[in-house]
Amino acid sequence: MASDVIVTHASLGQRKGFLAKWFTRPEFNSSTRRGIISFVVALVLWELGSKSGAWFGVDVPVIGAVPAPDTVIAAWIKLIGDPGYWQSWLQSVIRVAIGFSAATIVAVPFGLALSSNPNVRSFAFPVFELLRPIPPLAWVPASIIFWPTQELSIDFVIFLGGFYTIVLNVLGGADSIDPRLIQAARSMGASPWNIFRRIVLPAVLPSIGVGMEVGIGITWEVVVAAEMISGGGGASSSGGGLGFLIWNSYIGGAYPNIIVGMISIGIAGYLSSALVRLCVHRLTPWLKRS
Amino acid sequence: MTTNISQEKPGGELELRGVSKSYGPPHLATGVIRDCSFVAEANKFTVMIGPSGAGKSTLVRLIAGYEKPSAGEIFVDGRPVTGPGPDRLVVFQESALFPWMTTKENIVYGPRAQGEVRRESDALAAALLEKVGLTAFCGRYPSQLSGGMQRRAELARALINRPRVMILDEPFRGLDAMTKKLMLEYYARLSEELPRTNLFITTDIDEAIFLADRLLVMSHIPTNVRAAIDVDLAKPRNLDAIFRDDRANAIKREALSLLHEESMKAYAGGSKAAADFIEAYRRRVSTPEADIIS
Repeated sequence: MASDVIVTHASLGQRKGFLAKWFTRPEFNSSTRRGIISFVVALVLWELGSKSGAWFGVDVPVIGAVPAPDTVIAAWIKLIGDPGYWQSWLQSVIRVAIGFSAATIVAVPFGLALSSNPNVRSFAFPVFELLRPIPPLAWVPASIIFWPTQELSIDFVIFLGGFYTIVLNVLGGADSIDPRLIQAARSMGASPWNIFRRIVLPAVLPSIGVGMEVGIGITWEVVVAAEMISGGGGASSSGGGLGFLIWNSYIGGAYPNIIVGMISIGIAGYLSSALVRLCVHRLTPWLKRS
Repeated sequence: MTTNISQEKPGGELELRGVSKSYGPPHLATGVIRDCSFVAEANKFTVMIGPSGAGKSTLVRLIAGYEKPSAGEIFVDGRPVTGPGPDRLVVFQESALFPWMTTKENIVYGPRAQGEVRRESDALAAALLEKVGLTAFCGRYPSQLSGGMQRRAELARALINRPRVMILDEPFRGLDAMTKKLMLEYYARLSEELPRTNLFITTDIDEAIFLADRLLVMSHIPTNVRAAIDVDLAKPRNLDAIFRDDRANAIKREALSLLHEESMKAYAGGSKAAADFIEAYRRRVSTPEADIIS
């Protein structure tokens, strides 16, 4: 009897395919599984749409002109072997790191100054609000003209992408500090510097984190515009950054590579947001997290 | 260590002389506090009770030195108050612990900020943590503590600075009924052990009578002291048994009738109809059989 049971069990295991086994593994919770399903469904719809120009008999505009996933994956595999592709990654990552770090370094003190000093606020905030709606893309010609090197003008445009968001978040965070905390610290005889370092700064840290998390996403949106219009720059013609890769593929008619570049930027943005989030979590251990 | 906290500096005397506070430009100013004077005796428990919306919390900010009075003066042991200082510490409504500091870091914040050496403040903090029963929780963040623990941590954070006057602004508000009762009994016991000048602000009459040596009934805005009642009941008191005592009930009735008048003023905000209503109510309660408590 016992052997019968084992045989049945084994055959069940064989009948279950590798994918099904992988999908039902206990490490995945329901939201992970839904995420996987959404990726698969998106890929299938994309494949169907770009092959036939229609979804289930209903014509869909544009989608027929988009390269199908299989061609994109083929192009990607080819690019993975190309050092120029990785050069593009590296260049874009460096530009984002420079622009974003500069944005953070300038935006945090500026936001704190706006919040803590009414004079700074009344003088600087109107100008800030006037400049803020100008899209970084609109700054591209001006920054090409005014910055001495192309690299600096790209960094500047990326800087603008993160700057405003971080300032606004720091300002919001600093404005909403519980005044009782500062009063309590003053009562206990703390110096202004001590209050700044041990009360104000930690109180604003979560808002700085939110600003950085949103800001780094925007810098990736901006890196493309900056690189496309500045023509890639750098000595190597094959590695002008991921944004340049997209633009260059368009000029050269390598349409699958456009999609590869787009997805690469998506991945880069996702990874860098996750990295920022991780750093912020490490720095704010007191916040309750589910 | 504990003896250090209790005896090194006993409580001081707090005095307000003709304190007024109004906000806004002079010709449009709305008075929140008008000509308020009282003395909180050294090492006594002075409880301030008044209708909500009166200027009690404003008064706290003035005494703490966060704001300056428009007129009048505040003294601690005869020295005028000019700004915030560790001789007058406030325990606020709900938690004002620093969320990014552990319980112990919160407690040692004051002494450390004043440049006390780590070893001394740590030893003092350890003694206080023991006293408020939070030794096991010294490494937790405030968000990981229960409401009652947060209140105790905050008491410890204030006590470690050996304030001359403790100002407690509705400190147990927002706690559930059971925790609130425990905290009241706990704080009463703690005050017996570490005598100190306490100015306790509340809207709860039972809480007020349980704690008070002297009860200040505050008026509606613009606030001043409507009446001062000596609560001459023996200490330690029992929160459950206190109102079996006739004297306690007499005090409660007296305070409640005053409070009711002030609350009606607050509610009415000056309309004629409300004024008539208050007049009618006053006639009703002045009959000997009136039971205001019910």
